[in-house]
Amino acid sequence: MTGKIRKATRHVNQNEGLIFEKSSPGKAAWKLPPLDVPEVDAGNLLGASERKDLGHMPEVSEIEIIRHFTRLSTWNYAIDLGMYPLGSCTMKYNPRVNEVVARLEGIANGHPYQPERASQGALRIMKTLSECLIEITGMDAITLQPAAGAHGELTGLLMVRAHHESRNSPRKKILIPDSAHGTNPATAAMVGYAVENLKSNSRGMVEVSALEAQMNEDVAALMLTNPNTLGVFEQEIHKIADILHAKGGLLYMDGANMNALVGKVRPGDFGVDLMHLNLHKTFSTPHGGGGPGSGPVAIRKFLEPFLPRPVLTTKSDGTLGFDYDRAQSVGRVRSFYGNFGMFVRALAYIMANGPDGLRQTTEDAVLNANYIRKGLEGTYDLPYSTPSMHEVIFSDRVQAKRGVKTMDVAKRLIDYGFHPYTTAFPLIVPGALMIEPTESESKEEMDLFIEAMKSIAEEAENDLQTVLSAPHSTRVSRLDETAAARKPVLRWKPEGS
Amino acid sequence: MRYLPKSPADREAILKVIGARSIDDLFAPIPEEYRLKRDLKVPRQMAESEIVEWFRERSRENGDGLCSFLGAGAYLHYRPVIIDALISRGEFLTAYTPYQAEISQGTLQAIFEFQTMICELLEELERMVTPKTACVLIQSPNFFGTIEDVAAIAEIAHRKNVLLVVSIAEAVSLGIVEPPRQADIVAMEAQSFGVPPSFGGPFCGIIATREQFVRQMPGRLAGQTVDREGRRGFVLTLATREQHIRREKATSNICTNQALVALMVNIFMTTYGKVGLRELAKQNLAKAAYAAQQFGKHVKVLFPGSPRFNEFVIATSEDPYAINGRMLGNKIVGGLPLKKFYPEFGNASLWCCTELTTRTAIDTAVGFVAESERSIRSAKEESVEEVAG
Repeated sequence: MTGKIRKATRHVNQNEGLIFEKSSPGKAAWKLPPLDVPEVDAGNLLGASERKDLGHMPEVSEIEIIRHFTRLSTWNYAIDLGMYPLGSCTMKYNPRVNEVVARLEGIANGHPYQPERASQGALRIMKTLSECLIEITGMDAITLQPAAGAHGELTGLLMVRAHHESRNSPRKKILIPDSAHGTNPATAAMVGYAVENLKSNSRGMVEVSALEAQMNEDVAALMLTNPNTLGVFEQEIHKIADILHAKGGLLYMDGANMNALVGKVRPGDFGVDLMHLNLHKTFSTPHGGGGPGSGPVAIRKFLEPFLPRPVLTTKSDGTLGFDYDRAQSVGRVRSFYGNFGMFVRALAYIMANGPDGLRQTTEDAVLNANYIRKGLEGTYDLPYSTPSMHEVIFSDRVQAKRGVKTMDVAKRLIDYGFHPYTTAFPLIVPGALMIEPTESESKEEMDLFIEAMKSIAEEAENDLQTVLSAPHSTRVSRLDETAAARKPVLRWKPEGS
Repeated sequence: MRYLPKSPADREAILKVIGARSIDDLFAPIPEEYRLKRDLKVPRQMAESEIVEWFRERSRENGDGLCSFLGAGAYLHYRPVIIDALISRGEFLTAYTPYQAEISQGTLQAIFEFQTMICELLEELERMVTPKTACVLIQSPNFFGTIEDVAAIAEIAHRKNVLLVVSIAEAVSLGIVEPPRQADIVAMEAQSFGVPPSFGGPFCGIIATREQFVRQMPGRLAGQTVDREGRRGFVLTLATREQHIRREKATSNICTNQALVALMVNIFMTTYGKVGLRELAKQNLAKAAYAAQQFGKHVKVLFPGSPRFNEFVIATSEDPYAINGRMLGNKIVGGLPLKKFYPEFGNASLWCCTELTTRTAIDTAVGFVAESERSIRSAKEESVEEVAG
């Protein structure tokens, strides 16, 4: 069975319990310096507010902590181990120099309220990054405050709402294509808008005539992902923009798929009014097991009065500072100035690339997706034949006839040494396999991936059970998610409690 | 470009397989008139050494080497070195949200332990209340550093049948200050636990609640379960709240949150543990008490009757911006002038001392304030003499 698995080999990994199971009184991993001021009596100072006991917080030594987390780490798959083709997530290489510069003393320990004249370094980083992102998107201004993509959408729609309200034309609806990320409708609802679905056509694009029919003065904006979640560029984007603008609506672009465009085309040039970027996708800041992210929102000039406060400005003496005096601002969307540590990393990435590197990166990302498409076409069903940009979407139609679903193929892929692609999304493709290799994969790695996917398709024909019961090489087999949700166990409790 | 793993020959070979003449063929779906035909105006491609040097310069322009009395929601505590050693492991750093549980058990178990430790620190939230729409929201220690009487406020809130939400900005306080166990929901910032201030983010926001509200709670939750062989394992759970399933009806709209920062917090809590967290909090308490006492010899320390943790407010006669300006010359960043947010507070400023604040720094800062008071007093006396003369 393992003969054809070339990328991965089983090896011993360490068992490890919960940290609480290792704790015992008297062990310690900390040491404080002697106190250089008089000792205090906490009871005297705090009275009834004094805490006397910290419950079951662990007591362990340093070596145990190192082994604990190192062992845990070895149970994870990661980009550093191999291809991580999660569609829509842009799992690209996370450069290590980014981590080094983010930890420089004045950058890591900079306090958000230290005087502006002692903050010029941080402000310069924000300013330079802002300029780069404005140039890359072709927009006029930007806020770096939002903490990640969905938060960027929220910030963007708050500005959309403020814009319409300022013109005494509050609107009720947001149009969203059926291929959109789930965050788009959720965001629109959270801002208080009704969501109206827009159907895609047979080529996987917005049906312009449908948009024309649905567009009216009640529509605040269209939230469009471009390339969309089918990996397809909306070729009639200029018509889409015109239809919206003719009736006073705005074009919001979900920039999650910007890795297909950087250096090749700018959303500001094709009619987008505002958009968010995901620095943790396109600009290489690490995903960290689910964050931190950063979701700047770039806008056209007419939306500038509504930017979240404070806004970075250049003062008359040439120094940088923050402007809090913004009467029409949507207010703060994040404490302080956003996830500054991610700005540092994204800027380091842009500097390492330069204009030529950014363009080559985009070209390689699109080249890779098309290579995988070519390699798997014929083996897996390709529901849309429209050209692919940075990701390709197959379906499990052929394999499902044998009872093998996209999730089964995904789980089996783990045995072959790969992280699965995104399963069952976008929703308009039943049984979708959404594959985004990014530019970070070599030809050799992709060849192994294609070989693995073909081998699994073969197994679906000849060795069904092996696929259906996969993964076989992991520490745990498929986990009971139903039980986990029915009676949630969300924390450890000591025995007998 | 050094991050890209393909040679020109690889690219040619791939184009040939695809059946494209050139890379431009692949971008043909983008209407011609929009395609960018020039270089982006961004900095030129730089060597690693140049990048490091550029950021070193920015670091030097950013208060590198200053001693700070700032708190107000971002705190400078010592970060044990094992935090960065462990979170730098690629398996933590370069993994995504643990959707595929079988190859994400490390991240999932760490989240489960994190959830446990936060619940331990906040203590069991067991009292049942009827959920109502309205709530009372308080912060403790509050923005002025004083500790609220959560129990008394809770009693009032619950008598009126409204929920009590307590926010905690300084997590280290939990080592020695009673947790708000009467709260229905706790919103907490855990930056103090091993996360660098990093000019304001990324930090680690936490929401903790009674079990009855868990299905309304946003964000990622790790739950314990078993695999097909009955072995313990962890999965992301209660996904039906989430946007990719519920779309516009979602009560959680998050893909990327703060997982790696939560891991820093996790390692910090594990390192200090049951005893260390208390001792650490005690040092903070002692430093702030000493500083408040020393400042109190020269200026008024506000809210004298209320207990405080590691922050306190002083009222100087002179504009605190002016005093801070002089202190900065001695590489000290003074407390936060409150007029920035509360104009009615006049010359009051908010000072923070942590275990990293030395007695020498405190004494030096007190010296500046004492000097300011002396010169204002003598200026006043001179003008009185002038009037008298």
